[in-house]
Amino acid sequence: MRHRSTSRALYELLSSMRFAISLLTILGIASIIGTVLKQNEPYNNYLNQFGPFWFPVFEKLELYTVYNSVWFLTILGFLVLSTSTCIVRQARPMLRDMRSFRESARESSLAQFQHHARLGTSLDADAARQATEGYLARAGFKVRANPREDGLLLAAKQGSWTRIGYFLAHSAIVLICLGGLLDGNLPLKAQMALGGKVVTSGNQLISDIKPESRLGLDNWSFRGNVFIPEGKSANVAVLNVQDGILLQDLPFTVSLHKFHLEHYDTGMPKRFASDILITDNATGKSVEKTIEVNKPFEFDGIMMYQASFEDGGSRLKLVGHDLRPGSTAATFPAEAAVGDSIKLANAGLDYTLEVGSFRAFNIENMANEEAAETNTIASLEKHLGSGAKSPTKKDMKNVGPSVQYKLRDSAGQAREYQNYMQPIEQDGAWYLLSGMRESPSAPFRFMRIPMDEDGKADTSLAIRRVLLDKGRHEELARRFAGVMLGPDAAPAIRNRMQETTAKTLELFAVGGFESVGKFIESTIPEAEREKAADVFIKILEGAGWEAWKIARASAGQPPLEMNGVRARLLRDTLNATSDSLHYGAPVYLQLESFEEVRATVLQVTRSPGKPIVYLGSLLLVLGVFAMLYIRERRLFVLIKASGEALVALSSNRKSLDVDESFRQHRDAIAALLNPNAGPSARS
Amino acid sequence: MDIAQPDHSRLLRPTGIGDWLFALVLAGAAVFALRQYGGFMDVYDKAILLLVVPGLAAIGWAWKPFRVFLAAAAALALGSVTLYQGDLARAEQVFFLKYLISSQTAIMWMSALFFIATGAYWLGLLARSDFAEKTGSALTWCAVTMGTTGLLVRWYESYLIGTDVGHIPVSNLYEVFVLFSLITGLLYLYYEGRYATRRMGAFVLLVISAAVAFLLWYSFSREAHEIQPLIPALQSYWMKVHVPANFIGYGAFALAAMIGVADLLVRRGILASRLPSLDVLGDVMYKAIAIGFAFFTIATILGALWAAEAWGTYWQWDPKETWAFIVWLNYAAWLHIRLTKGLRGPMLAWWAVIGLLVTAFAFVGVNMFLSGLHSYGSL
Ligand code: HEM
Repeated sequence: MRHRSTSRALYELLSSMRFAISLLTILGIASIIGTVLKQNEPYNNYLNQFGPFWFPVFEKLELYTVYNSVWFLTILGFLVLSTSTCIVRQARPMLRDMRSFRESARESSLAQFQHHARLGTSLDADAARQATEGYLARAGFKVRANPREDGLLLAAKQGSWTRIGYFLAHSAIVLICLGGLLDGNLPLKAQMALGGKVVTSGNQLISDIKPESRLGLDNWSFRGNVFIPEGKSANVAVLNVQDGILLQDLPFTVSLHKFHLEHYDTGMPKRFASDILITDNATGKSVEKTIEVNKPFEFDGIMMYQASFEDGGSRLKLVGHDLRPGSTAATFPAEAAVGDSIKLANAGLDYTLEVGSFRAFNIENMANEEAAETNTIASLEKHLGSGAKSPTKKDMKNVGPSVQYKLRDSAGQAREYQNYMQPIEQDGAWYLLSGMRESPSAPFRFMRIPMDEDGKADTSLAIRRVLLDKGRHEELARRFAGVMLGPDAAPAIRNRMQETTAKTLELFAVGGFESVGKFIESTIPEAEREKAADVFIKILEGAGWEAWKIARASAGQPPLEMNGVRARLLRDTLNATSDSLHYGAPVYLQLESFEEVRATVLQVTRSPGKPIVYLGSLLLVLGVFAMLYIRERRLFVLIKASGEALVALSSNRKSLDVDESFRQHRDAIAALLNPNAGPSARS
Repeated sequence: MDIAQPDHSRLLRPTGIGDWLFALVLAGAAVFALRQYGGFMDVYDKAILLLVVPGLAAIGWAWKPFRVFLAAAAALALGSVTLYQGDLARAEQVFFLKYLISSQTAIMWMSALFFIATGAYWLGLLARSDFAEKTGSALTWCAVTMGTTGLLVRWYESYLIGTDVGHIPVSNLYEVFVLFSLITGLLYLYYEGRYATRRMGAFVLLVISAAVAFLLWYSFSREAHEIQPLIPALQSYWMKVHVPANFIGYGAFALAAMIGVADLLVRRGILASRLPSLDVLGDVMYKAIAIGFAFFTIATILGALWAAEAWGTYWQWDPKETWAFIVWLNYAAWLHIRLTKGLRGPMLAWWAVIGLLVTAFAFVGVNMFLSGLHSYGSL
């Protein structure tokens, strides 16, 4: 007995409206957590973010995969449970209510309705019945007549379907949750727990992955990615699970003919598409197809989507410029594919080149920023007209291919570089840009190597080599002093000049302008620093010019005259040289040519819950509209022998529409019952 | 309190020559659009276009002033297209384009008109001036007309940039803010007519003004109004139905929240003699949340169908999806509260007001603070 009453109480709690409201609120709040914390990131990111203490705590709470967590699924489970019990509890009374006309309602209870009125009638009972029935039918009511002692009760109803709406919408919730469960990662978890499947790490060859990390063709619910380079094929998908992967065998083989990547003029992506050939492994039948974003394709019950694209191992030819001072073999060739990791082979270099990515084009805005508009009227004017014009000037240009790579030294330290293949125009001159950064989160800092009159970096690099060669500093200093002072200068002055120049070059060779700046700061009083800096720059420019002459002479080239363009080249060379001392690697790799190979990433899914979820969605929409927009109305007209009629109206929802429809029906019926009278009597 | 029009379920049928004419013109326009621009549409686009005809006809039949509004907006948009003569540069040269009915100008007009309308409604409310309220109402009609014209013309302009760029203007945050202002305005005007009171305008127009203020900031300081082509994920007919359905939801929820504010003030005796009764406010709040919830349900489902096509999964708890789910739960809870006797009263109004905060976060907050797959309009 006791037991029965507790389960009864539980049943009542679960099916109560208040419980439903609390549940909806709790579920809402719980959902927020997963949007605050980024989900399904690599575990290392979380470790970095939260530190070694909190990381395992949050892991235990399943905060990295909230929506698959036990506690979240439990709350959802309660929603399903509560909705189901609610349906069960409501089913009988609601169905009964739907069918019933309540034609035995008593006069006294009708008179209790919020909406009721007593009307007089000038018709006899039969005529009154006919007129009223006719009206009710015209107004869309179903009517049942009950002749009884106190008169004739016409019990009419409309909109009972709103109750069906309740069943549709609420069972839809259960359906959607169940369907979603089938497509979630519960089936996978079950296979791991029951089928002994274990995740493995992502960085190994597919053929090395053991059977316990492979899922068979009989797996009926999965979502994974297939990676296929152009000209290659694949028949397994990779499933990212927890912090590792599982392999999913596919019943077919997909080969990629070509990956299309199109851009608008603005550089925004326009189209990603894969031309693929799918061959059924069992029957050998094959289909050619183009899969695009928003245009998936189904084969063998498996849906394939264009998910993303990557480099498929583009082959790059590079020229290495040895930046070590005094190195004799200035350049050397290197070849690598994206994703490769190779030893750099050049006299004494001990670096590993890891080619990270390659881009065949880069679209950049080359326009200079305009000053902000100050005048409000003019600013308003800029915002009138068509939506097509840009208020600021834009000049989108393709600046050509770029490569991103890491150089790792023998100690395992790596820096990352981003080099553009083609020179880029900046402030009226052309440069090769090479960016460097020490950590993946930092922005690239660019070294700009100026191009010479032949459009090459050679001149600048040759000058640099002489400038940084300690063995040449004496000679440079001597030549510079000679040019500056002429042949007749006193030896003491000449010596001082030479010394200063040599010292400057020595400083510059250590840390570029930064060292020179520090030297000025530590030795020269503040008031004179600016002047001193000018002097040092003059010295460096002069020595640079001498270095240029030496470089030309040793290459067997005729001497040059100084002019504006060359002065600019020289200044840019000094800047590049200074930057190169903070470049962090003894070699600059120039991209010479490439052969691009793209790879597509297709998402493949088998989702058995999808039809269930879609059906649920349809029912949900139908149900919600039925509940909200089919209005239930019950109209009772009791025609009494006494020549009086009682009109009463009820509805399952309280709203002003109910008041309004009562007024209408009452007035219409009053008019019918009193055909000869003026406006109806009111209660 | 009096309801101006009878039970409106009975109005969903034509009641006069005007209604038939309206439907006929709509159908004619659809046929014209199919013949003229059918080449740019796929079968789904065409289906959507054909479904729009009965949809708009039904709205027009149930709500007569809508017909005039739609005719005016269509006429202005056609006028603009005619003046353009297929040349974008004419937006700068032709007086009427530059200062009236090019898309940006029309949207600026909409903004200005909404601001003035807000002022007029407040003046009407505080000074009990019928005239000021009528002016507010007229200005709001003008504002939604200009806004609709602006969006229609923007649609056309996008095709003038290039046929590969052209698309319906519901693709980024700027465009949907215009849409939001329009839809909220129209929903308000509907209730204004239906409940025959202009007293709620002062409150509802506040939220529209806030949206417009954001729109102007977004346009002037971020240059967000420039038409951008669509990235591949957005190139889908689903966008055409998903986004508008969403914004009927957002607009209705915003409206309900502002009614909620009025409700709470009345309960405290503030402006109580000037605002409609609690019964009317409660009824409007329910109607708005009901229509919002219904459309938001549709929108979320459409979003799931779209996601299944574009991303391969109908639901993956991306922040935007999750917040849509939270909004949906919130209003499901609201509707249930209303069914529970004990929780009626100020609780409903408070819940609706807080609902707006939740909705606003789902609408813009997610784009500002959270990252995810929903690419459009990061701030
Ligand atoms: C996500 C979950 C749910 C959604 C979206 C939902 C939706 C709705 C909607 C839209 C209505 C109509 C409200 C109105 O007409 O004003 C409604 C009514 C109702 N709901 Fe729910 N509901 C949910 C869960 C539940 C649960 C868990 C229960 C059980 C405790 C429940 C019990 C009811 C009842 C009894 C009604 C009134 C039906 C009637 O009188 O016709 N609902 N629901």
